[in-house]
This record gives sequence, C-alpha cells and structure tokens, in this order.
Amino acid sequence: MTDTPLLKVSGVSKFYGSRIGCKGVSFDLWPGEVLAIVGESGSGKTTLLNCLSTRLIPTTGSVEYRMRDGNFRDLYHMGEAERRFLMRTDWGFVHQNPVDGLRMTVSAGANVGERLMAIGDRHYGKIRETASDWLARVEISTDRIDDQPRAFSGGMRQRLQIARNLVTHPRLVFMDEPTGGLDVSVQARLLDLVRGLVNDLGLSAIVVTHDLAVARLLSHRMMVMKDGHVIEHGLTDRVLDDPREPYTQLLVSSILQV
Amino acid sequence: MATPLVVSEVFKSFTMHLRDGIKLPVVNDVSFSVASGECVVLGGPSGIGKSSILKMLYGNYAVDSGQILVDHKDRLIDIARADPRTVLDVRRHTMGYVSQFLRTVPRVAAVDVVAEPLVARGVEATEARKKAAELLAKLNLPQELWSLPPATFSGGEQQRVNIARGFITSHRILLLDEPTASLDAVNRQVVVEMIAGKKREGVALLGIFHDEEVREAVADRILDVTQFSPRKAVAA
Repeated sequence: MTDTPLLKVSGVSKFYGSRIGCKGVSFDLWPGEVLAIVGESGSGKTTLLNCLSTRLIPTTGSVEYRMRDGNFRDLYHMGEAERRFLMRTDWGFVHQNPVDGLRMTVSAGANVGERLMAIGDRHYGKIRETASDWLARVEISTDRIDDQPRAFSGGMRQRLQIARNLVTHPRLVFMDEPTGGLDVSVQARLLDLVRGLVNDLGLSAIVVTHDLAVARLLSHRMMVMKDGHVIEHGLTDRVLDDPREPYTQLLVSSILQV
Repeated sequence: MATPLVVSEVFKSFTMHLRDGIKLPVVNDVSFSVASGECVVLGGPSGIGKSSILKMLYGNYAVDSGQILVDHKDRLIDIARADPRTVLDVRRHTMGYVSQFLRTVPRVAAVDVVAEPLVARGVEATEARKKAAELLAKLNLPQELWSLPPATFSGGEQQRVNIARGFITSHRILLLDEPTASLDAVNRQVVVEMIAGKKREGVALLGIFHDEEVREAVADRILDVTQFSPRKAVAA
C-alpha cells in the first residue's frame, strides 16, 4: 500500500448563480483505486467530475494532483498549457458519447496515434504498431485501423475511445457514464474490458454512473450524491449491502432483479 | 503473534428508512475470538444473525458499535472503523471469505476467477493459474469447464469455483458461509480435508455449516449465536 494519494480534493463547490452544482466535496484518491460517483440525473455528479478534471473551474475548493515527479500541484493554479498537457498525457477522459471524445473524420489508427504524437512520438511505423496493438486490446479487428469511427457501431466507438485514452498509459482516468448509451450485451463486454485494463495497468479512475451494477463491478469505493451533496461514502460492498441513508436505501431497493 | 480475530461488544441493527424508519435489531453484544489453527462454527437457527456476523467481519455490513480487531501485517486493525482502503488491504492479504453464492463476472474463465486473489497479491499470472488448476482438480471440477466463465455452471460447480477461490491464498483468517451447501458427499469430504489442511497451517477459521456431518468433522467449538440475538428474550 502506497502512503501518498494521487489526488487530494478539499471543499470543492460549484454554484451556477444561486443554484448548487455540487457542494463541499472532499476526498482522497489513491493509486490503483476506482471511485464510483452515483446518483440520479441532476444530482451533481457530472458537475463534480468536470470540476475534478478541470473542465470546469469550481467556485471554491482545491484539487491537488501528485505529478510524476512526486510533487503535488494545485490544478486550478496551473497554467492553461500545463493543464492541457496533463490532460493529454497523464489523464484520460472517457465521455458518455464517444463522438465527444473521438475525431470522427480521421481513421481509428489516427485517433489512437494522435495521443502518442502529443507526447512526442514521431516514428510513423511505431505509432501505427502501437495503435494496432491497442485496437486489438479493445477487441477491434486490426483490419479496421484505416476506417473512420463514423463507420463503427456504438460499442466499437466506445472501445476506440478507451484505447485512445489509455495508449499514453495515463495514471488517472475520468469516465462519465462509460456504458450509458450501449445495449446490455455490449455493456457487459465493455465493463469486463475496462475492469481488466484497470487491473492490469494499475490505473486510478473516477467513474460517474447512475447504474449501481456498474459501480459494483468496477469500483472499490463509492460516493452517493443527491442535490449536489455527497450523502454517503464508503466501501462499494458496504454501501450496496448495507446502505445507511434514506436516499441510498431507495436507490438500492430500486434495482430491478433479473 | 496476536490472536488473529477478536470481536468485542458488537451491536448491529438495520434502520429501514423506507419503512417509516423502523429499527430492526440484528445482534447485540457479540464478543468472541478465533485463535490460530482453530475452526469456530456459528450455530443457531436461520435468521438469527450468523451471516450478518460474517458480513460485518468482512466489512460488507457496518456496525453500530463495538470492535472487530484483526491482526493485519502485525498491526491491529479495527474493521468497524477502518477506511475502505484499509479494509480492501485486509481482504487482499489477511482475511478471505467464501460466500454462499459466486458473484460471476461476464466473460472471465473459471480458472482466472480462482487465480484472481493470488494475482491481486502480486503472484505471476501463469503461476497463479497453475495453482488454481490444482485446486479445481482437487475439487473434481471437470477440466473442460476450467476455461469457461462460471455463469452457466450448476450450483455445485459454482460453489466449487468459489471454494477454490477462497482457499487459494494463504490468508490467516478465513470466513466460510455454508461452503458445502450444494456439494455431493465426495466433494464435501474434499472440503473437510481442505479445512483440516488450513487448520494445520495455523489459519483461523470461522464458518457456518448447516450440514451436521461436516460441522462435526471441522468444528473445534460451536458458538451459539442465539445468545447474541435481541429476540432471545421474546423467544424464552
């Protein structure tokens, strides 16, 4: 067990005018840990995710990230260029809709290769080889490498987005409803894939989902949000098997049994 | 070495907020310990709180008050108060759990389900898979099933995968929730022998066994859970 967190979040709040996006969120994220943020639509989970990943700047609070050199940096006091570099190399962001995370009019191979070029790779043969290797890891046939994602199914696009994000070996990946728009058989395959990759690569991840089964399968720890507040927080098994708060009990009891 | 597992003055109740906040007491004032090399069996009728006790020890249920002390890497950890990361580390290295039912993950082969706890402790994958195969063979699971995901297996086959997964590591504490419930006589005997093996290795075991024959064979001591039941006063 390492004794330094990767991310230290303290007192993060975001207000839209007088409306609360999220309020007073604090937690530490450790290397290799997967945190699920659950709650219904409008509970503030995506606002929180966007604040943590600096896609939004919160009204108050701070988020510190441990850089590869071991020093903590306050993300909101970083220069724009430095932050962008971090997002392109050390972080991944998997959007619910793959169209938001992919470039639809360049080939699958180029979608993956682009992130490699961002960290300085220039050798075309090597980039193509790595891209093709990653397509195989996310179970996309390598003979599709020159096709544009426009020609891919929803599940394939989502797997391509994951390959594009993981190719630079990020240490932290943010995921916003990664299985949101997919049908169940495709979901199961994607979840299994993500679970395997997270284990193999020792990634830390923050996953926003409204699906408690996804949280159970992927996460170690869970935060339940309601009206912008974190109302319950703990080991995923504990929150799901013995929910304490009225709202969490309602969520858990609303799962349909198959 | 400290006693591997000490439970003292644990109280547990459920508050059902969706049922007008009624409070269901589960167990009161649970205190016991399990020594190294000992197998303690939780006894008492269904619904008395035996599984709940195991779930509290493993961190799946929160407790209202009391302590659950585990000797983890030469430190005493109170599971009742430990943060999630510590509980997970205790599960990885010190306390194993064989549940009644296998929670299957789509697409993962039986042999990998079994090997996973070893891989999580840093054992090399081929080595872990080899050990997993040995255990599955010992438990008489047909070899043609090893590479299939257990979702479609029969109850007894899933149970054996689950047992192999629980027994593959050398955890110092092992919690067993009816591991032999859906097994035939031959395989029950295999599990009895495996439990005896764990005892010889100095593992502290705490289990629930409804099968009397198995209970007789493995138990050093039976702990009657009725004494912790808040309903005993009513029943008496």
